[in-house]
Amino acid sequence: MDSALAVARLHFAFTITYHYLFPQLTMGLALLIVILKTVALRRRDPHYDRAARFWGKIFAINFAMGVVTGIPMEFQFGTGWAAFSRAAGGVIGQTLAMEGLFSFFLESSFLGLFLYGEKRLGPRGHWVAAFLVFLGSWLSGFFIVATNAWMQHPVGHSLGPDGAIRLESLWGLLLNPWVGWQYLHTMIGSVITACFVTAAIGSFYVISGRHQDYGRTFLRVAVPVGLIATLLQLFPTGDGQGRMVARHQPATLAAMEGLFYSEDGAPLVLVGQPDMERMTLDNPIVLPRVLSFLTHRRWTASMQGLDAFSRDEWPDNIPLLYYAYHIMVGLGTIFIAVMAWSAWLLWRGRLFGSRPALWALMLMLPFPYIANTAGWMTAELGRQPWTIYGLMRTADGVSPNVSAGNALFTLIGFMGMYTVLSILFLFLVRREIEHGPEGAAARPTGD
Amino acid sequence: MATVWFWLVAVMIALYVVFDGFDLGAGVIHLFVARTDAERQRVIRSIGPVWDGNEVWLLAAGGTLYFAFPVLYASAFSGFYLPLTIVLWLLILRGIAIEFRNHIESPVWTPLWDGVFSGASALLVIFFGAALGGVVRGVPLDATGYFFEPLWTDLLTGSPTGIIDWYTILVGLFALFTLTMHGALWVVMKTDGELQARSRGAAALAWWGTAALTAIVTLVTFRVQPHVAERLSENPAGLFFPALALAGLAIVHRSLAQQRELRAFLGSCAFIVGMLTSVVFGLYPYVLPANTDPAFALTVHNAAAAEYGLMVGLVWWVPGMILVTAYFTFVYRHFAGKVR
Repeated sequence: MDSALAVARLHFAFTITYHYLFPQLTMGLALLIVILKTVALRRRDPHYDRAARFWGKIFAINFAMGVVTGIPMEFQFGTGWAAFSRAAGGVIGQTLAMEGLFSFFLESSFLGLFLYGEKRLGPRGHWVAAFLVFLGSWLSGFFIVATNAWMQHPVGHSLGPDGAIRLESLWGLLLNPWVGWQYLHTMIGSVITACFVTAAIGSFYVISGRHQDYGRTFLRVAVPVGLIATLLQLFPTGDGQGRMVARHQPATLAAMEGLFYSEDGAPLVLVGQPDMERMTLDNPIVLPRVLSFLTHRRWTASMQGLDAFSRDEWPDNIPLLYYAYHIMVGLGTIFIAVMAWSAWLLWRGRLFGSRPALWALMLMLPFPYIANTAGWMTAELGRQPWTIYGLMRTADGVSPNVSAGNALFTLIGFMGMYTVLSILFLFLVRREIEHGPEGAAARPTGD
Repeated sequence: MATVWFWLVAVMIALYVVFDGFDLGAGVIHLFVARTDAERQRVIRSIGPVWDGNEVWLLAAGGTLYFAFPVLYASAFSGFYLPLTIVLWLLILRGIAIEFRNHIESPVWTPLWDGVFSGASALLVIFFGAALGGVVRGVPLDATGYFFEPLWTDLLTGSPTGIIDWYTILVGLFALFTLTMHGALWVVMKTDGELQARSRGAAALAWWGTAALTAIVTLVTFRVQPHVAERLSENPAGLFFPALALAGLAIVHRSLAQQRELRAFLGSCAFIVGMLTSVVFGLYPYVLPANTDPAFALTVHNAAAAEYGLMVGLVWWVPGMILVTAYFTFVYRHFAGKVR
């Protein structure tokens, strides 16, 4: 924790983890708001308009948090990771600039119209504003994932004599084979967060006997969408992403799965604690041969363990990577179970009377946030020791002119700032939930 | 090609200052021209639907700078590490203040956010001005292409330089007066009654400060960075930019007296664009002058990305800007007129 590299890594990890708590809700919620607005438009039902307005308010608070914590991210590439930026800016700057031009402008312009212009835009115009906010936020996700995908699997570039990485193909960058699964997996993760949050607030309303109509509406939308999303998250997107890692980052896959030694018919580890000193997994529970099957679709296929790679290619924090991955997968499995159970009850017309299911949905609220965070930790820790896989090591990307002390100063500042933001955020969201859709959101805004 | 991007980035930065400049300036005068809660709500509502879109210009310009001049981005952002981080904190506080202020009506909540909004806006403007001053003055780049500037100095512009010296403070104050005028003209345009009258007074007052500092800053800039004066005397065509600025300044003065609100605001836009393009023209081909050894300076040529990236960038930049123009036209038309 005392080297400039360690502080810079913690700095980026902390600020990006905190930032992503907000977009992961807003991107998914934008989709749910479009669904609510569509129903409102088709049935001409003001109940759904009020529901959409309520979520619009929650969206706006989250969006503001996402914006103010997101600006530091772009700048941190330059402040904390100057050597990386100097070498790779010509490539990843493309996608970051495109994000600004094609999505942030769209999102911010039409969010203003969505929040403040409902009356004058009319029902159709307001639907279009909601749709464009959705489009903007999903495009933003694409450009960011394309940026990350290039760092995971660099393509479409060449190396210049001065160490600069030159872009050779914009289409190669945008259509990187890594982008497809990673994008879908990320966005569906965001939909899962939005569905669980919507379902949790809906359950809270039904259980506490307030705003019950709205609570039921929230559940009727969130549970079916949530079931579809949780299933898609496992297959095909999670599966596709996993096989991509197996193909291009085999050392990462071995570390994620806790596979120390290469073997034919490798097992899938459900639980167990990696012991890096003795190169074993303590207290394991495994499914024999399943890892080989999932990766290669053959039960006896041979899998490379960590022993197949030299130590300087190993991710530098294997236990944390292993846990992050297993937490993600474990929670994802639980999500499917909860959503399937709730969807079945909903279909049978018994969900709103089923206390256990409502309580379960309500208490699930924090877990999709944990799962999404763990998923990104898997991607980022798994890429180590590289910042651009195979091209540039993380240690070589840090700003050479920024000392550990200076970086720690700003890290502590961000921690303090974000603590204050968290308190304000929770306070305001709690207030909106307390007021409910009949409160401030009852009337359309604007003149 | 690098020169094209040099100008495109300059245009985006100028658009950032013109657009976000008025909501920053509105923040500076917020506490002084708006006295009651109702008036303060009106100031906030006049920028509420647009400030976030305006701030996107900063991100878009930053991203464009990043891909077109990665060496500059890396060097300048890490070299200005501390002031830039402080700018980020101020942007966070300000954004939160605007968005959260009107959530709760309380004699504790709203004055707090009014104060944060106003203070953060003023400090941001001063920091942006000082940063521009720091770039014009030059930074202690070494052979590796990096530098790291301390915050405090003995206030002289000689070596070693830091973030805060008399020149950067002066440019910071210049920015403060300019954007105060700009923001006040926006509030004049968007409001009526007493609030408008007070904003008009603020704009007139800031105009005098701006005019005086324009003269002073221009003269001292020629001394601090002689390259600017050389460029302008070698290329008299470049005098178009300062002429645009002066014309803008004159229009502001006349239109204020004639109570032509839109024209006064547009004059202020022309002034800002004229001043920024003058600086940019004067610095060319430098993007970050060195006050150590001129050979270490970053120029359009040694800081730019490879040719293919710059070429292909145009393919998406042009349609992207057309789209943005369309969104902005639509949004500003939708929210045109006085705020009630």
